[in-house]
Amino acid sequence: MNIVVCVKQIPDPAAPQSLEAGTNTLDRSGKLILDDSDAYGVEMALQLAEQAGGGEVTLVSMAPNGETAGLRTALAMGAAKAILVSDDALKGSDALSTAKVLAAAIKRANADLVIAATESSDGYTGTTPVQIAEILGLPSITFAKSVAIEGTSVKVDRQTEAGYDEVTAPLPALVTVTAGVVEPRYPSFKGIMAAKSKPVETLSVADLGLDASQVGALGGRQSITSVDEAEARNAGEVVVDEGDGAQRIVTFLENLKVI
Amino acid sequence: MAISKIWVIAEPSDTGITTTSLELLTKARELAGTVEAVTWGLNTAANAAVLGEYGATTVHDVGDLGSALPGAPVAGAIAGAIAAGSGPDAILIPTSYDGRDIAGRLSARCDLPVLTNITDLVGGDTLVTRHPLFGGTQIANAEFTGQGPGIFVVRAKSFAAEPSGGAAPAVSPLSGGDLGATNASMIKNRHVEERSGPKLDEAEVVVSGGRGLGDKENYALIEQLSKLLHGASGASRAIVDAGWVPYSHQVGQTGKTVKPTVYLACGISGATQHMVGMKGAKNIIAVNKDQDAPIFSVCDLGIVGDVHKVLPALIEELSKR
Ligand SMILES: Cc1cc2nc3c(=O)[nH]c(=O)nc-3n(C[C@H](O)[C@H](O)[C@H](O)COP(=O)(O)OP(=O)(O)OC[C@H]3O[C@@H](n4cnc5c(N)ncnc54)[C@H](O)[C@@H]3O)c2cc1C
Ligand SMILES: Nc1ncnc2c1ncn2[C@@H]1O[C@H](COP(=O)(O)O)[C@@H](O)[C@H]1O
Repeated sequence: MNIVVCVKQIPDPAAPQSLEAGTNTLDRSGKLILDDSDAYGVEMALQLAEQAGGGEVTLVSMAPNGETAGLRTALAMGAAKAILVSDDALKGSDALSTAKVLAAAIKRANADLVIAATESSDGYTGTTPVQIAEILGLPSITFAKSVAIEGTSVKVDRQTEAGYDEVTAPLPALVTVTAGVVEPRYPSFKGIMAAKSKPVETLSVADLGLDASQVGALGGRQSITSVDEAEARNAGEVVVDEGDGAQRIVTFLENLKVI
Repeated sequence: MAISKIWVIAEPSDTGITTTSLELLTKARELAGTVEAVTWGLNTAANAAVLGEYGATTVHDVGDLGSALPGAPVAGAIAGAIAAGSGPDAILIPTSYDGRDIAGRLSARCDLPVLTNITDLVGGDTLVTRHPLFGGTQIANAEFTGQGPGIFVVRAKSFAAEPSGGAAPAVSPLSGGDLGATNASMIKNRHVEERSGPKLDEAEVVVSGGRGLGDKENYALIEQLSKLLHGASGASRAIVDAGWVPYSHQVGQTGKTVKPTVYLACGISGATQHMVGMKGAKNIIAVNKDQDAPIFSVCDLGIVGDVHKVLPALIEELSKR
């Protein structure tokens, strides 16, 4: 059971974020970390490989400046190796360019199952994984709240508007997982030490056999033309509850004729 | 390239066509002279009348998908039309589970870029899209720069759905093409979670709870309140991730956008990612014990107090009526 997990390395979402002047794309020049959303995918992959009684978990990531900090975190959790695509030509890539790059990298790993997150924390387009599946000619099941391997199929409980659907697909397939699909483990000290010597293969766009004009800002075919300040909403009355809080809410609702 | 023909993905639901699809049809009428719908399933004949009422002059019917997930077959059918030169100038897709699948598949299949998380569209020679950034504190304006048709994935509640009174449109079949393994995901079983009262994104009153409730059991306070107010119960991501309530309750950037008449936030700090999903409410009430909580900067009535005191008292007051 060979599983590939797409892991995105992103600026810390808790830190203040800004746009780069000129391109209006997210400033990713600082330190990057493993996107929390992908920690679920890594954990899911490790558990599925364990249950299958073997096989490797390979990480695939596209990031600027040869960044590996987030990959090391996922390797410390237990993944076997990583493929990193890093190339100046990738700056400004949109979701489709990203998918082309990741699909080309995934092809090298001979995966039975590809796992990604439903959406990333910084870009949150939520389309990259399905684009990857289409490029690779794979079936996909998005929004998994549980994943199991049954023989040569993957079985997923897929979140829906009304509840969930049980969906199956023959392997190889791509699945996107929601937060909470499993509880990600914390890397152990041993894991962190072992991660330092695990293989990370770094590739360029040319190594993948892609044309630089298909990816990055050149391949993007969309642009952010300007950024406006949003209209602020003014604060109303804020009062300290002196035992009359509930009554104040009731009066407010009465005035609105909601009750 | 001027936008003269728009296709709107009209998602069928158990009760007809999803509200977000009707919102997009309404907006599309303003943006283009010709608005057409793409739909699927077994009820197209009945749904066509509604689609006409909201402005679709033709309904492209992908037909019965059996138990297949819609992403691949619907995208395949649209891709076929684009390849044959009979496609539209722009495709509007609701942000939904299946909508995002369709958008991703279509984008890769036709090698067309896609813009997502759109909350407004401005017409003209090219469509300009608006996207909330950093929890809605800023709005980015974007547009496609290459050859179309552009794929636009639009968030729910971005526009009001208003019928135009159009006649029942012609229904024409749109077939799927060769999908191979991409169409191999099959639904085996559907599970419907019990829900009473209105839907979260359609309710006039939404009562939401956050980590300030203290523990899972206290979410019952939120449910009692929303029931008394004939509303729906929502949640912050903190308590969804903690497993207190299902994801379908989540309000915010990665959850639902709600625009009720009243939004009551209980024990929610008001992180930007939460606020982007509820700032559009007409009236906001917040109960939080921290007077510096960011939620107070957007509310119409803020009660600095303990949810364990204020909510039971409120429930008692409302129960008397
Ligand atoms: C990429 C990304 C996407 C996200 N998407 C979403 C999203 O869609 N929706 C969302 O909600 N969040 C989202 N978040 C998470 C968000 O940043 C916050 O972490 C989350 O909203 C916090 O939830 P909370 O307000 O319940 O918890 P906290 O921030 O912990 O706030 C709890 C509040 O309760 C108050 N409190 C405590 N005890 C009491 C009491 N007894 N009485 C009254 N008040 C009390 C505290 O003062 C505090 O203000 C996202 C985060 C990221 C990085
Ligand atoms: N640059 C990237 N490197 C690795 N995985 C990625 C990258 N971009 C997107 N993904 C994967 O695709 C998911 C959805 O991303 P997005 O389309 O940006 O919302 C992410 O959560 C990742 O699992």
